[in-house]
Amino acid sequence: MKYAVEANDLTVAYHKKPVLWDIDLEIPSGVLMAIVGPNGAGKSTLIKTMLNMIKPVTGETRFWGEAYEKQRKNIGYVPQRGSVDWDFPTNVLDVVTMGTYGELGWFKRAGKKEKEKAIKALEKVDMLPFADRQISQLSGGQQQRVFLARALVQNADIYFMDEPFQGVDAKTEKAIINLLRELRSMRKTVVVVHHDLQTVEEYFDWVTLLNKVIIASGPAEKVFNEENLMKAYKSKVDKLFS
Amino acid sequence: MSLINIFSDYTLRTVALGSALLGAISGVIGTYTVLRKQSLVGDAVSHAALPGIGIAFLLTGSKNIEWLLLGAFISGWLSLYIVNSIIKNSKVKYDSALGMILSVFFGLGLVILTYIQKIPDSNQAGLEGFLFGQASTLLKRDVIVMSIVGGAIIIIIALLWKEFKLLSFDPEFCQVSGFPKEKLDLILTTLIVIAIVTGLQTVGVVLMSDMIIAPAVSARQWTDKLSVMVILSSIFGGLSGVIGTIISSSTRNLPTGPVIVVIISAISIISLFIAPGRGIIWRRMRDKKNKKRLNRNIILNSIYNLNIEGNRIQGYSLEDLSISKGDFNFPINTIEKELEKLETLDLVKGKDEKWYITEKGINEIEDFRGRLEE
Amino acid sequence: MNVQIEIQLIAIVVALACSTLGVFLILRKMAMMADAIGHTILFGIVVAFFITHDLNSPLLIIGAALTGTLTVFLVESINKTKLVSEDSSIGLIFPLLFSIGVILISLYAGDVHLDTDAVLLGEIAFAPFNRFVVNGVDIGPSSLYIMGAILIMNIVYVSVFYKELKISTFDPNLAMALGISPGIMHYSLMTLVSLTAVGAFDAVGAILVVAFMVGPPTAAYLLTDDLKDMIFLSGIIGTISVVLGYWTARIFDVAIAGMMAVMVGAIFLLIFLFAPDRGLLSIMRRKKRQKYDFAQISFLMHVINHEGAKDEREELGINTIHEHLGWNKEFVKDIFNNLYKSNLVYIEDDIIRITDKGRDLAISNAEEIVNGI
Repeated sequence: MKYAVEANDLTVAYHKKPVLWDIDLEIPSGVLMAIVGPNGAGKSTLIKTMLNMIKPVTGETRFWGEAYEKQRKNIGYVPQRGSVDWDFPTNVLDVVTMGTYGELGWFKRAGKKEKEKAIKALEKVDMLPFADRQISQLSGGQQQRVFLARALVQNADIYFMDEPFQGVDAKTEKAIINLLRELRSMRKTVVVVHHDLQTVEEYFDWVTLLNKVIIASGPAEKVFNEENLMKAYKSKVDKLFS
Repeated sequence: MSLINIFSDYTLRTVALGSALLGAISGVIGTYTVLRKQSLVGDAVSHAALPGIGIAFLLTGSKNIEWLLLGAFISGWLSLYIVNSIIKNSKVKYDSALGMILSVFFGLGLVILTYIQKIPDSNQAGLEGFLFGQASTLLKRDVIVMSIVGGAIIIIIALLWKEFKLLSFDPEFCQVSGFPKEKLDLILTTLIVIAIVTGLQTVGVVLMSDMIIAPAVSARQWTDKLSVMVILSSIFGGLSGVIGTIISSSTRNLPTGPVIVVIISAISIISLFIAPGRGIIWRRMRDKKNKKRLNRNIILNSIYNLNIEGNRIQGYSLEDLSISKGDFNFPINTIEKELEKLETLDLVKGKDEKWYITEKGINEIEDFRGRLEE
Repeated sequence: MNVQIEIQLIAIVVALACSTLGVFLILRKMAMMADAIGHTILFGIVVAFFITHDLNSPLLIIGAALTGTLTVFLVESINKTKLVSEDSSIGLIFPLLFSIGVILISLYAGDVHLDTDAVLLGEIAFAPFNRFVVNGVDIGPSSLYIMGAILIMNIVYVSVFYKELKISTFDPNLAMALGISPGIMHYSLMTLVSLTAVGAFDAVGAILVVAFMVGPPTAAYLLTDDLKDMIFLSGIIGTISVVLGYWTARIFDVAIAGMMAVMVGAIFLLIFLFAPDRGLLSIMRRKKRQKYDFAQISFLMHVINHEGAKDEREELGINTIHEHLGWNKEFVKDIFNNLYKSNLVYIEDDIIRITDKGRDLAISNAEEIVNGI
């Protein structure tokens, strides 16, 4: 069986310090997976490395057994909300349409067909009434839903999401989780960098505990236990369970 | 000198056309520079172009604009390359590297200019014009070169429109969409250097950076659309170029660059104050309006809260509202007045002395609450 | 005193006054603000000149210095509206004030003994002609005294407020908690920067003031982590640039101040390339070695991870291991030979095995990495 994502011996280093160390990770097709770990554990770095944005010192990542470049169009990405300037002169529909650019390729412009895809995606995240709104006029939760819509437009089979729950309102959190479940029901694979340990078991069926090395990875009920958390978070874990 | 003279005076017409072109080109490119928060790159490149101009003159012995601009292009580009290698390979911060390289290159430029002055019969007159710009030295062939360069830049931007937009807004997403960040960045940086270099003769190395920043900052205030911003920015740039040139040619010894800068700065300041929506004056007015709207939303919120407690849409009387929750203390007649206003907005409905929240009202308040959570 | 020595002395005093403050400027990431101030004081000088009609009047110097402070204030006001980013705010303000200055000079060229060349270049060669005469006795060039006074003021300021400057530079929140107002430190520093720029303007011109403020401290930053050392080192680098620049300019008969700036750049370049530990060459050497070290540990970890697994013949086979590590065959061979020599790995039945020594080394390294959070 071919895994949706398979990372082999990934090692990433910034300057003197290694950030990720010999990561071997297999993600089966169709799971909803959380990457969990303390600050500085290299969670974002891991997905960026898998997506070819950061060059590893050693190792490689394969998607259904193929290199990233071959499968790029089947891979969707939701960056951290804070990574862009929301005062950029553009509106919601336009940002969501950016999800079609990868498929369009060089030079071609987005047309009617692309706009329609974007509108459908906006509908899914309950943001259609905001299509013409300038992006600086959105709340944090709305911004996040716009980013999700853009990823939906990519119509990928694997999604990587960097902290989509970070600082969003309750309504958006619910919307995101519904969307994740819908994606799973469509047999898509979703990998989410996640911070909130309380909700891991409720939201996800697959968990990877990371702290520069892989502490554990597998079905949530098997892997997400105190012993592994202790290893990943060390002393912090005492406070959490007390 | 009157406006009519532009059309009759051949030299002035050439000069005005040249300045309009440079303003338009730098306006277009400046949009991307400003949006990508690289405004000060222009400052470094323009100062750093000076030694290139001097060296090109020394090597070719000619004042042909093509050679001088090529020299300016190479040294401008080299300065950015050096800045980037410094910050990549050492702990030196971006602004320190930029400030140091621009002043060192400029110092070198001045050294070369004084060296040229000492060469007998070198016919160097005019090179100092590159410091603050001397539009009156523009010739027809300069304008032709500028048109070709400008046309090429506009074609490249039109071709790579969506790629540059994506790069400027979200470089990471650009990368995963299959458009390599580094390559696009290289193209855009090269265009910035070219735009700066073409403006040097008119505006000068010291002030050219402002032609990259000010038109774009002005344009940003008037629109929330990238395409409109690019067009507006080039109009602002072109306009200030023409007006500045005309004023400076009508006065003896007045370098063009500073005059153009004063005009484009005036446009920026006016834009920052009066641009509808974003401008400072508008924002003051909106703050006042928001205060009023806040009162209204507090009342709408209390109906919403009562509904959540009751778990269904249900009407409430004025008395219910005035005693509810107690997080506000409006007199009953204020509440009534606000409710009437809310009704005209379709956010509530009054029926038989009772007030109901509408679907639109619920959306409005949920949106409002979402924003409060920020 | 001989004119040559006087010129160099003036330039050294300028360099020292600039670099003393420049150290704090670059640590506060305000280098471009120094650039802006270097430009805008021209506006102040011209306006103050119309009022005082004397380029050496202390009133002119103070008046012009206030323009520098005004620049900082204007940039921050624009930035606060959130309509414009910080770099654009700087880029909007200084060209405007500088342009007004240049226009005023051009329009009233007859009244102002300044021309646009002098604005950029300064005229350090002429600096000694303006003498300071007390009771009919010539006691030296007046700019030496003016810059000397500014230098002393800067040194006194930095030594008296050393602790406050240090804390507010590295940790504004802590400064606040200790009752040091970062705002006051910021504005007092920027006012002195303006004052220094005005004093130096006459000698080295607008843009080269920036070279002296930013260049030597940036070079010193590559040599030391200690704030005091950094101040001393940038003084030394500034002084060397002045002397080298002066004599090179004399030989080629070119702009003296410009050549001094070029020397600042040249010294920086040398340090950037060859500095022990932080120079580009030693960084590159270290990177290469580091990559090799990482590779060795990675190799060992790979063996530990896959030994005893079903696919160990594939993952650890001598002919296939390179595919799984994603390295080329030669490199893997090289790494293996090195590890083998140190008795960390061996080959058994065409499969690579790890010794106990190798296991200890790899695990202790991995632990160090995990613990070094």
